[in-house]
Amino acid sequence: MASTANAIDARGVSKVFKGAGQDEVRALDNVSVTIRENEFFTLLGPSGCGKTTLLRLIAGFDFPTEGEILLHGENIALLPPYKRPVNTVFQNYALFPHMTVGQNIAFGLEMLGKPKDEIAARVSEMLKLVRMEELKDRRTSQISGGQQQRVALARALAPRPKVLLLDEPLSALDYKLRKDMQIELKRLQHDTGITFIFVTHDQEEALTMSDRIAVMSKGKILQVGSPHDIYVRPVDHFVANFIGETNFLKGKVISSKGGKATVELAPGGTLLADVPEAGLPKGEISLVVRPENATLVKPGKGDLSGTVETIVYFGTDTHVHLKLTDGTAFMVRQQNAAGSGVDVKTGDKAGIAIAAGTPRILMD
Amino acid sequence: MSDATRIAENARRADIRNRWWLTAPALFILFVAAIGPLLVVLLYSFMLKGDFGDVKYGQFSLDGWFSVFFERDIFDDTVGIAEAHVSILWRSVKLSLITTLLTLFIGFPTAYYISIQEPRRRDLLVFMVTIPFWTNILIRTFAMQEVVRNEGVINTLLVWSGIVDRPIQIMYTDWAIFFGMVYVYLPLMVLPLYASMEKIDFRLVEAGYDLYAGRFQVLRRVIIPLVKPGIVAGSILVFIPSLGAYVTPRVLGGGKNLMLGNLIDLQFGQGKNWPLGSALSITLLVIVTVALLFYVRNASKSGGGHGH
Repeated sequence: MASTANAIDARGVSKVFKGAGQDEVRALDNVSVTIRENEFFTLLGPSGCGKTTLLRLIAGFDFPTEGEILLHGENIALLPPYKRPVNTVFQNYALFPHMTVGQNIAFGLEMLGKPKDEIAARVSEMLKLVRMEELKDRRTSQISGGQQQRVALARALAPRPKVLLLDEPLSALDYKLRKDMQIELKRLQHDTGITFIFVTHDQEEALTMSDRIAVMSKGKILQVGSPHDIYVRPVDHFVANFIGETNFLKGKVISSKGGKATVELAPGGTLLADVPEAGLPKGEISLVVRPENATLVKPGKGDLSGTVETIVYFGTDTHVHLKLTDGTAFMVRQQNAAGSGVDVKTGDKAGIAIAAGTPRILMD
Repeated sequence: MSDATRIAENARRADIRNRWWLTAPALFILFVAAIGPLLVVLLYSFMLKGDFGDVKYGQFSLDGWFSVFFERDIFDDTVGIAEAHVSILWRSVKLSLITTLLTLFIGFPTAYYISIQEPRRRDLLVFMVTIPFWTNILIRTFAMQEVVRNEGVINTLLVWSGIVDRPIQIMYTDWAIFFGMVYVYLPLMVLPLYASMEKIDFRLVEAGYDLYAGRFQVLRRVIIPLVKPGIVAGSILVFIPSLGAYVTPRVLGGGKNLMLGNLIDLQFGQGKNWPLGSALSITLLVIVTVALLFYVRNASKSGGGHGH
């Protein structure tokens, strides 16, 4: 197995579902994506964006209408799920209710025809990995949601799949447990060295856990990149809006050179902004400025000016919502560390300074 | 005792009294319609038989029970096993077991097929399964006679297509009884099976496939254990009435292929031996009760398996 090989290579994959009558739903539209070996890869998007469909195509529960899916270079698009070295952690775990915890974990190994002693050893190894040794003989209905989650993970990891698919596995857990499981999942991925493909609609979960993220919407992948990439350099409105909080500013490009463009902003003033790799879009453009890259300054100073509308206190930081001179809403996030920030009240005029190098031009 | 507690106590007593009054009609019907007749049958089985049917009231006798399993030789008075009864009993159990298995093998794929359809089509199919219930069992059995007799549908087709030269004798054989019983009891198997299958979380099937189980393994290791309550319920629902089947073996099996139901009928009719008929009825009841106890035990064992 070459270490440079891609775990999954989806090429021009489309999936059309025939609805009732003439309706057709294009759940995936010509999607191509490469997932590297030993990577924690996240498919992120709102419900109905096609992320689960893509996962099901990789698992083999559905077959693509067009395109091919390569696993370590071999096309698996039309193989039944039981012939793919890929395992799934289902959203509601789908543990077999008629089996004990241990029997659930052993199931895949038994189906692969492994010898009995090897199965027993592997099951206890897995139970240890997910810290569930003492619950081996319990029924799956007798354990908590978080424990079921661990069993589902152990069951899917036991046959040592080349790729582990996780379909929103944390969505049924409460906040605290979810946080713990996020760390647990990272640890498991690190310990096992298995490629994880993780589906979620939770942007925070995606940012904290992933090596790389693919942001999806309406059956297409909009952007693939590291969490940092996606956050700092979103390609379009959807990505910028879906991940983190964002200010959008409209404007016109007056000049550009060396990847930087000077933009005349609609609310007045000019800004130097990063140009997307694919080049400048035509006509009026949009800029994205993250709230933490803006600071409040004295009126008349800074890059923009506006009026304070609301102030929301969050403990570690404060969100100041302003209205710019042309009516655009703008939010500034100030840290509440001692001595930082400017004291403002609702109705005050204020200047807004934007950190150099942070504004970015969107593709749409 | 304060007023409040006295009022509460009175209310509680009135409540219990009302409950008795309200359940009285149901208890009355239960006794008159179910337990009462059974007691009569039980009493009759311990009486001396009358000369022209009926029993000699008040004359205790174990003859009825004795003849269920034993017979006295007419000539030398030695006691032997009542082979006719034992063989008919065994035959009934055997035919009922085979009927149950046949309905299970036909009913399982049928119920599975129905359960994977869209909801509206599903309702229609379930409805269609129940259609035979609208007609009297005797009429259905005569319809089956049309299918299996020598000039019937099956033989006409076989002869016409040249597979056989002469009609095969199906009528008045065990095969005819199987055809009839499977046809009559199939819905009783399909409906409970469907009820269990409909509840299956299809993701469990997907999980099975995902964990390297092929179609057969998923069926054996995932689907069958999950629908086990339905399999047990359907089997009991088919087995019990099969055991006492009367019309089907009579019409399709002719006079010679008796089952327990026919034997009992014979004792009350031509045989004019009511105590024996009563004892045979109670024997049937005991077999059915044992089968039911087996069911109840099984159902409660697999009951805790569902849900998260």
